[in-house]
Amino acid sequence: MKFTDFREIEGRSLGYWGLLGFLGILIVAGLAAAYYMESNGHHVTGMNNQIVWGIPHVFAVFMIVSASGVLNVASIASVFGRAMYKPLARLSGLLAITLLIGGLTVLVLDLGKPDRLIVAMTTYNFKSIFAWNIFLYTGFMVIVAVYLWMMMERRMNVFTKHAGMVAFLWRLTLTTGTGSIFGFLIAREAYDSALLAPMFIIMSFSFGLAIFILYTMAAYNLTGRPLGDAILHRLKNLLGVFVAAVLYFALVYHLTNLYMTAHHAFEKFILLDGGVYTALFWIGQVLIGGVLPLLILFNGQLGRSRPMIALAAALVLVGAFCQVYVIIVGGQAFPLIIFPGKIVSSSFFDGAIGQYRPSLPEVMLGIGGVSLAMAMTTFAIKVLPFLPLSLADEDVDPHHAAAAKGTEAAHA
Amino acid sequence: MTHHNKTVLGAWVTAIVAIAAFLAAAYAFTGGPAKPVPSPLTGVFLGKGKKCVAPVAIMRRYHMQFLLHQRDLTVHEGIRTQRFLLTNCVDCHADPKTNSVLGKHGFCASCHAYAAVQIDCFSCHSPHPQREQETATSAIALAPQHSRIAEMVSKTMVTELQSEPVDGPK
Amino acid sequence: MSLDRRQFLAVGGAVLASAALAPGMRLVELAEARSPDQAVTNAQRWGILVDTTRCAEGCSACVSACNKENGLQQNVRLDIRPQWIRTVTLQDEQTGYVQTLPMMCQHCEEPPCADVCPTGASFRRADGIVLVDRHICIGCRYCMMACPYKARSFVHENLTGQRADVPRGKGTVEGCNMCVHRVDEGRIPACVEACNYDGGKALTFGDMRDPASEIAKRLATQQSEEIRPNLNLDTGVRYQGL
Ligand code: SF4
Ligand code: SF4
Repeated sequence: MKFTDFREIEGRSLGYWGLLGFLGILIVAGLAAAYYMESNGHHVTGMNNQIVWGIPHVFAVFMIVSASGVLNVASIASVFGRAMYKPLARLSGLLAITLLIGGLTVLVLDLGKPDRLIVAMTTYNFKSIFAWNIFLYTGFMVIVAVYLWMMMERRMNVFTKHAGMVAFLWRLTLTTGTGSIFGFLIAREAYDSALLAPMFIIMSFSFGLAIFILYTMAAYNLTGRPLGDAILHRLKNLLGVFVAAVLYFALVYHLTNLYMTAHHAFEKFILLDGGVYTALFWIGQVLIGGVLPLLILFNGQLGRSRPMIALAAALVLVGAFCQVYVIIVGGQAFPLIIFPGKIVSSSFFDGAIGQYRPSLPEVMLGIGGVSLAMAMTTFAIKVLPFLPLSLADEDVDPHHAAAAKGTEAAHA
Repeated sequence: MTHHNKTVLGAWVTAIVAIAAFLAAAYAFTGGPAKPVPSPLTGVFLGKGKKCVAPVAIMRRYHMQFLLHQRDLTVHEGIRTQRFLLTNCVDCHADPKTNSVLGKHGFCASCHAYAAVQIDCFSCHSPHPQREQETATSAIALAPQHSRIAEMVSKTMVTELQSEPVDGPK
Repeated sequence: MSLDRRQFLAVGGAVLASAALAPGMRLVELAEARSPDQAVTNAQRWGILVDTTRCAEGCSACVSACNKENGLQQNVRLDIRPQWIRTVTLQDEQTGYVQTLPMMCQHCEEPPCADVCPTGASFRRADGIVLVDRHICIGCRYCMMACPYKARSFVHENLTGQRADVPRGKGTVEGCNMCVHRVDEGRIPACVEACNYDGGKALTFGDMRDPASEIAKRLATQQSEEIRPNLNLDTGVRYQGL
């Protein structure tokens, strides 16, 4: 097999600096929004005493889940020994770190007291899954950083497999932890399900891979480096499998809920008469994020077109965002059932559907977090050799050069 | 030992040393005792009582530790001995003219502005007195205090007195 | 069970006080048996018993008393207004029977809010009162997600004019604390006081662990229940006539 030649991107073009500048503006805007929310209090956001977690949490959870998922590409290479994914492993590790930082930044800046982060880092309640997550997240960053170093430092290469194994196990724990943030909320209909943690893991596979595909396609396109079909088609087929798995899990989740009479009201809310949440579920999550990408990815014709593959990945992300929104915001909008069998009313919105309209500062904070992750990644690939010079078929696939063109379909 | 292992070991040692150095620096930076600052207390109402709950020099340097310690005892264990209770401080030190410990000449605010140390107490706590303290203050200076605080205060005072001469009120 | 010295003293004090005093005075004296110097212990468990049949529709004596006692600002949007106690109207889906009752923090013995709180800011005091240590609350609102009774609110704006005994401020979460500052002085919560004075005398406050207290006696001899009993939280607020 050919030795993969990793090289920093040149990153001197106007376009490169323009992109970084643009992301920089979004980051500054996000910080300004956070400052505005912090100094005025959360009354300037759409969040209230009914919907206590809003758009910032959707962004944060979306990114944190994706961060653990994007590492899969590296895991496939080093844990499951697929040589073809090896050239992609570095970028996969890099994105995992930057996405996690982006997501955590949003989460922290939305706190009521972000200035007390030091308290959160020094005072722990070990019963709290949140406190565990602080360790899981910081540990993840350290482990992936070490893993990256072992991949990039030739003398360390021999340890890559072990580091990869640790990182893989850690990321499974991390996503379970993130899912458990919700799974432990026995009080709420939406989250009272053992399926939440595994569902988050499968979601992370799909979201992370979609981001990875999009980023790789964009980077190779913009730098003019070759990206072969062999690798791209593998990735997109894998994405198809993950998307189908997410759909399947969503189905099982709702079916089991329907099986439990106590949860009927909640299911009716999400599936039938929840207004915006019902729309986001059916149109956003199921249609845009599931059915359409599947149709594209597994269609013989469409599935070969690069713009179409990119579109499918983008749709997966749109659907992913809707899905997280429905889980987090929709799950809160449905009122707590404190008095079963009674029609409840009060001045505190008991029994009423929670009202939430995301405000501009919140959205800006979330976008700032995404921009931060993207900017860090884009800068990192300029200063360190993360990207292979070529991902052309003959460079990534050991058999490709020898094999006839016709066998490519078998790989794909 | 193989070459790889040596490198790994070296890397770990470097990392651990770096972290330890960082922590030590952070500790030295934040943990060291502050040097006394000249008194900024001109035109500031000092207090209604004749005597503070501890010698002034001690209070200047250690009031935050006392408050912090009392705060945890009060919130978590319901211990409400008067001596180092923030409400008690405010009752005595609030300027009768402004009825507050904040403001330009406020007892807390003026000094903290001078020392450029931000206080967060009064975003939640009331800066206004709750009870009249004129008569009560000296009594409170002698009032019972929680044994754990008493222990801490006497320890602090002993070290303080040993280490350097204590200057009285300006 | 082994008692340390302080617990021992508290128990001793309580026993002495209950032996020495007339029944009507016991509550106040009991709380005073703990000097300000002594830590709270689990020899006591404060609780409130709500007799919903006495809770009149349209009455909000407890709510006003709470707002006043704790200085809860009322001039803010309803969806972010703090409501440590609220009256809830229930109508039976089958029979149409309507009743009202006060809802507040139920002071769970196993509080989910404290379980999830990352910093330990939400905690249960040894005597059963659940409260937020605002000094270490980071404002993550996870406790609000976890509370099964919607008992908490978040301070969404800058505050001024707080009561000296009730410090509270922007960016932290709060909820009913059973008027902990009053209880520590040997007084009863403001809502209970108001209900017994202006309201329907629906609320009874006391030490559920003291067999001689009114609340313990009534809990032992009359029917009562906790809300959402299936969650097994062993709440400190109990209801009659649900
Ligand atoms: S009712 Fe809610 S806030 Fe009160 S102790 Fe229980 S979980 Fe905590
Ligand atoms: S908002 Fe405060 S009290 Fe509630 S869980 Fe977070 S840190 Fe704890």
